[in-house]
Amino acid sequence: MMLKVVFFARLKEQIGTDQISIELTQQTTVKEIKQALIALHPHWQTALSATNLLAAVNHDIVTEDAIVQQGDELAFFPPVTGG
Amino acid sequence: MNHLHKISIQSQDFSIGDEVKALEEHNLTDGAVVTFSGRVRNHNNGDDVQGLYIEHYPQMTEKSLTAIAKEAQQRWQINRVTIIHRIGQLAIGEQIVFVGVTSPHRVDAFQAAEFIMDFLKVKAPFWKKEMTANGNKWLDSKQSDVEKSNHWLNND
Repeated sequence: MMLKVVFFARLKEQIGTDQISIELTQQTTVKEIKQALIALHPHWQTALSATNLLAAVNHDIVTEDAIVQQGDELAFFPPVTGG
Repeated sequence: MNHLHKISIQSQDFSIGDEVKALEEHNLTDGAVVTFSGRVRNHNNGDDVQGLYIEHYPQMTEKSLTAIAKEAQQRWQINRVTIIHRIGQLAIGEQIVFVGVTSPHRVDAFQAAEFIMDFLKVKAPFWKKEMTANGNKWLDSKQSDVEKSNHWLNND
């Protein structure tokens, strides 16, 4: 299944891109996708291992054990600073 | 019940007068109109600030702000809510954000407006990058903002 992963703000700069698509073969959790991304791009480890990193699936904040499915949009970003 | 909300994420400036006019128009049930506006300061953490760049997650910003407006309408006796948040490059002194609330009663209007700002600051996907003489840097979120928003959970 194809999954679109997007990055924002400081994380986007650290990663070096604002989005990638990855192919996954089974139902996965956010945590597993993070690990898969780090396995594919080891130099992303520091950025993606930040303890305060937030994740959203289809525009809703989720925890790391949330399930992600084909066609979903997964976003990773730092804590927000609007307002 | 007259629950209306206007949510706008935009790069262009807004007029507080125009927004208040829209909140009051054909709205004779609500005597109280409370507004908040936030602007770019020229200082932060001891640095001289020269400007601000605001990034956002399109679609999620709308969804997030709409949810916050609706929660405020549920918790307090308020009717109209307007939330405007600007994006892109802003100079010092420029307006960033506007929250407007109407209610028959001032207590509900004040509390709802404060709640909306407190939750916007910890939930809405915007990120500020500060331009200073020492370079540009992304702002860190503040623990004080998290604690402020948590107060509403305890019904303090």
